[in-house]
Amino acid sequence: MTALLEVQNLKTHYRLGGWLSRRRVLRAVDGVNLTLAARQTLAVVGESGSGKTTLGRTILRLVEPTDGRIILDGQDISRLSQARLRPLRRRMQIVFQHPYASLNPRKRVGQIVAQPLRVHRVPGNHRRQVGELLERVGLSASAAKHYPHEFSGGQRQRIAIARALALRPDLIVLDEITSGLDVTVKLRVLALLRELQAEFHLAYLFISHDLSVVRTVSDRVAVMYLGRIVEEAPTEALFERPLHPYTQVLKASIPEPAARGNWNPPVLVGEAPSPVNVPPGCRFHPRCPLAQAVCREVEPELRELAPAHRVACHLAEAPPHFYPHPPHPHPPHPPLSPSGGEDKGEGEDR
Amino acid sequence: MLLQVKDLTVRYGGHLAVWEAGFTLGEGEVLGLVGESGAGKSTIGRALLRLVPEPGRIVSGAITFKGRDLLGLPEAELRALRGAEITLIPQDPLAALNPAFRIGLQATDALAIHRGLSRREAEGVMARLLARMGIPDPEDALRRYPHELSGGMRQRVLIAIAFSCGPSLLVADEPTTSLDVTTQAQILRLLDGLRSETGVATCFITHDLGVVAHLTHRVAILYAGCLVEQAPTDRILAAPLHPYTRALVRSLPLDGIMPALQGPPQACPFSDRCPERMAICDTAHPPLKSVGAGHQVACHLY
Repeated sequence: MTALLEVQNLKTHYRLGGWLSRRRVLRAVDGVNLTLAARQTLAVVGESGSGKTTLGRTILRLVEPTDGRIILDGQDISRLSQARLRPLRRRMQIVFQHPYASLNPRKRVGQIVAQPLRVHRVPGNHRRQVGELLERVGLSASAAKHYPHEFSGGQRQRIAIARALALRPDLIVLDEITSGLDVTVKLRVLALLRELQAEFHLAYLFISHDLSVVRTVSDRVAVMYLGRIVEEAPTEALFERPLHPYTQVLKASIPEPAARGNWNPPVLVGEAPSPVNVPPGCRFHPRCPLAQAVCREVEPELRELAPAHRVACHLAEAPPHFYPHPPHPHPPHPPLSPSGGEDKGEGEDR
Repeated sequence: MLLQVKDLTVRYGGHLAVWEAGFTLGEGEVLGLVGESGAGKSTIGRALLRLVPEPGRIVSGAITFKGRDLLGLPEAELRALRGAEITLIPQDPLAALNPAFRIGLQATDALAIHRGLSRREAEGVMARLLARMGIPDPEDALRRYPHELSGGMRQRVLIAIAFSCGPSLLVADEPTTSLDVTTQAQILRLLDGLRSETGVATCFITHDLGVVAHLTHRVAILYAGCLVEQAPTDRILAAPLHPYTRALVRSLPLDGIMPALQGPPQACPFSDRCPERMAICDTAHPPLKSVGAGHQVACHLY
């Protein structure tokens, strides 16, 4: 199958303003390669600051790439003028994270969902099309007469999905669309997305920080860390046999209810470095418990270590993997009641 | 019994945020208060400190803490408890810290006020606590402003504040919701370690059953301001009874949205989303009924 979307060495850098930081560059996306086949879901997971949202927006050219290529159905769109890009926008849509901010509060739902139809001068009866779209996402056609504030978060997200569907795109970027939703509502929206994917032959780029959600919706998962993909694999392989130490930490950090009484999340040292100060070598090395000399010097490339399973780690073959648990990370307990603490000779903690 | 909450009802204007909720908490026990946004879990947490924000009002019920009636306590006596005996870890650490003051000043308030320590003494105690929290250079952290610390660091500071006076009741209001998953894991681990060492009884407010599974002894499930099920955590996870709890535990999608109670419920608040709805569900509000050791459920099925 040929790829619907192919991204090659994509970079999005921001030059930081201010006279003091004139020369500083924030490397939000820093050399990403990925492919997405039609009708498939690729999840991009990462923590805040990993660049996943910027990646989604750059792919749609809502943010301009600094370097690299974005190939939609064989056509490089990374340097097309906005005018040339416009007809292609029908094929790629986005649903944003905050359904409160992404729907204009002064417009009725009907106008909001019809907007792409108007912009792209789609022929036909827009009101009828909007009604059908609203019903397809589980709202009633009469929702068109109401304003966004009259709807709950889950319903607003459905409205945003209807708007994204209006032009019958091939690709929808879903940027953290379930993150503000309560769990039962979230599950309902995910089920709807699966139905719509089958019915409208959609490909999704599903951007999320929530691994448990990702597991239920995606065919493949790409894990981002500091602007790069560190691992990419079919969903089950990624969860069953994560090869990158960071992916292993991410997975082990989820408190799974089933593991009650037996959860021992690994401790990552320090905080994620800023994308303004990307460490040399492997970006994860300052926090990686396995790091060796080579990791500090050479940036690892993605390598295919199992079928369709790529990982950017020098040590990915070296079994056994995590996790011998680190020693208890905390020094002895200081006095919690200050009055009692002074005389107990608790000075042993440094 | 350290804490006893009986028939607690909280009203926000025309809307009942909590309706006749009751539960108890023993010494050293951790109770998970679980529900979706708007279910009333944070309101209950605030009510335990009598800090329900305006225009909220505790309209009826009783909260007894160490044998004292919290709702009848004069404000001055309450202030002696708040921040010392009963403390809160808030959800949003950035909103909870004053951006205009250094961490050191804010973090030592409780020790200065409740323990009468000088600022320098209090900073010393705080620095040791922060070191215990895994903050690498605590003296430096105390000199910083809140915006200079990461979200995880700020939450560590707030945990340190909450533990600084040796509380006997801790209200943890979604303390890791705003954090990344790896940071959340570290904070939860830290919090659980501190809790078990100090034996502080805890009300852990969360919507995450994973957090519930790993940190709590018992769980109370809230829906539309009503307590719909209460049981030991093992039982809730293994044999949930209320259809809403079952949907949560088994990750079942639900149609519809949670209603807001306008007045005393005349029907089961969950009935219009319930896969097992019966005729009686729309005509009578089910009372909380005991169905086994420490297990109560409010559902007409039982």
